[in-house]
Amino acid sequence: MAQGSLVKLDDYRQVAPRGTIDFLMRIGERLRGRRIVHVNASRYGGPVVEALNRVVPILSDLGVETTWEVTIGTADFDQVSRAVSKALAGTEQVITEVMLARLRETGVENARRLQLDADLVMVHDAPPLHLVEERTDAARWVWRCHQDLSSAQPQLWNALRPIIQRYNAAVFSLARFAAPLSIPRFIVYPSIDPLSERNREMTRAEQAVQMDRLRVPRDKPILLQVGPFERQHDPLGVINAYRLVKKHHDVRLVLAGPSPAPGGDVLGDVQEAASRDPDIAVIVLPPDPQVELNALERAATIAIQKPLKADFTIEVATAMWKGKPVIGTIAGGIPFQMVVNVTGYTVETVEGAAFRIRQLLSNPELIGRMGAAGREHVRRNFLVTRRLSDYMALLAHLTR
Amino acid sequence: MSATQPFVFLGCLELNELLPQEAHDARELLDQIALVPIESIFCHTSASLLRRPVLAEAYPNDFALWVGSEIRDVRLAERLAGVDAFEAGSMERVREELIAIISDHLQHLGAAPPRTQGKRFRFFQIHLVPVPTGHQARTLAEFRDALAEVDVSALFYHTIEARYRSGRGRGDFAEWVGGALGLAELAERLAHIDPHAGSLERIRDRHLSVLTDALPGGDF
Repeated sequence: MAQGSLVKLDDYRQVAPRGTIDFLMRIGERLRGRRIVHVNASRYGGPVVEALNRVVPILSDLGVETTWEVTIGTADFDQVSRAVSKALAGTEQVITEVMLARLRETGVENARRLQLDADLVMVHDAPPLHLVEERTDAARWVWRCHQDLSSAQPQLWNALRPIIQRYNAAVFSLARFAAPLSIPRFIVYPSIDPLSERNREMTRAEQAVQMDRLRVPRDKPILLQVGPFERQHDPLGVINAYRLVKKHHDVRLVLAGPSPAPGGDVLGDVQEAASRDPDIAVIVLPPDPQVELNALERAATIAIQKPLKADFTIEVATAMWKGKPVIGTIAGGIPFQMVVNVTGYTVETVEGAAFRIRQLLSNPELIGRMGAAGREHVRRNFLVTRRLSDYMALLAHLTR
Repeated sequence: MSATQPFVFLGCLELNELLPQEAHDARELLDQIALVPIESIFCHTSASLLRRPVLAEAYPNDFALWVGSEIRDVRLAERLAGVDAFEAGSMERVREELIAIISDHLQHLGAAPPRTQGKRFRFFQIHLVPVPTGHQARTLAEFRDALAEVDVSALFYHTIEARYRSGRGRGDFAEWVGGALGLAELAERLAHIDPHAGSLERIRDRHLSVLTDALPGGDF
């Protein structure tokens, strides 16, 4: 079992909408004694693990006996898992019959080893998919897919779909990410944890320390994009938008992202483009950069998300939670997190991004108003308390 | 005044199920509205209040929003926005009104309806699970105080969903205040709070305002 966190449900009273925590407790009373087991393929790293670290202990506190099991596999299983995940996300891969057989064998072996005795078994993503082949009819089984399946590799999807249809239901993060299935499909948005290192309140002094460490001066408005240094996240497009803005406003641009894997990234191009402008900071983040991102997002004046193709991009909600207006494209989950023209703007071009940035910088009161509206929007729709409610709704509905 | 039967506040869990039906233009929207389960019509009209942001969007239901923003047919969007799910009395009546409006619009269009270049309309249905909030009231003062505290889903359950559950044409709050407390005039004022006023929080505020006005510094 993975370790939980020390944060208690009661701690969320200070940030959740009024009445939410008491209501969650009442729901817990109603569902007391029912059991959920979550299964995924990793205990460390990534948004799914972060969410489970929080959700599992709190659900247990609420009276819903919740456990978390992790599949194990050989090194070649990990390779197969990575290839399958990429292919489901639409990146063409060679997936052989042998690879599919390895996926299946590992799933079946794990099903015999893991403690899956529960009212609801929630299997996260593709690697543990085959666990369902060993299911008993006593429990309800749900496949929780965090990926965008809208452009999944057809041959692979055709091979996996019959397995997925052995579940009682599938859960997707967005309707546009869902693939056609004969079982019920539910939508549960990702969420942010307002008490995590990434999102907790931070004093100005702590923020200053982090910004100094990252070598970002706070002498002028900061435009911030957080995201990988990959072409599809369009960091070069953001630089071009910044240059259009710079003709009218003295601003600083910060591009922050994880250290890229070799090949396919544009970090070199970004660094080259930034090298002649001291007001552009390109930050390759350390592993697990939660505190650094918290500081950067709080220091930012405007958050930008300009990917050409994207997953849910929960970074939109994390920036809005810190009271920042967001200028984003319509890719992935970006527009679904915003109230357009109220918490930020959607744009499709470099010029559009530059125009909206200029509009905001010229109207500072609008920055404050949009930022405040964004924080409230996240409070009602994208906090982990809402995800707890969604999971309990799923449990109540499927085990009624 | 104290009621024999307390008012028990229920909130609701919601679960959104994606249906296979989709539409790319007004003709497909019409065809699918005729086919989808009635819970889907509820989901895209009355239940859109559950998702409405603090600052309300332009139109009060998902059909009008999509027609206005995605296929950019303002005339049809405005007519769809005029469908009052709260006045209609039943969801089947709402479905009939939607069908009549879109059919009439298509008849007068004279050309193929424009197709979306962006988001298609995806049909959902909503599953609601009622859960007691733990709050109950016997007096008007207790009622107001509890209303200020309950999860916002209780506002939806008692003022919006109740109209269809009970078939009474008004919500549970007005029904209890009029019946159990015998305050007919106050019940009428509560029943007439416009559900299109904005978000559920705004509807809460309107209720609290009416109730506070009715409480001249003391309990009933």
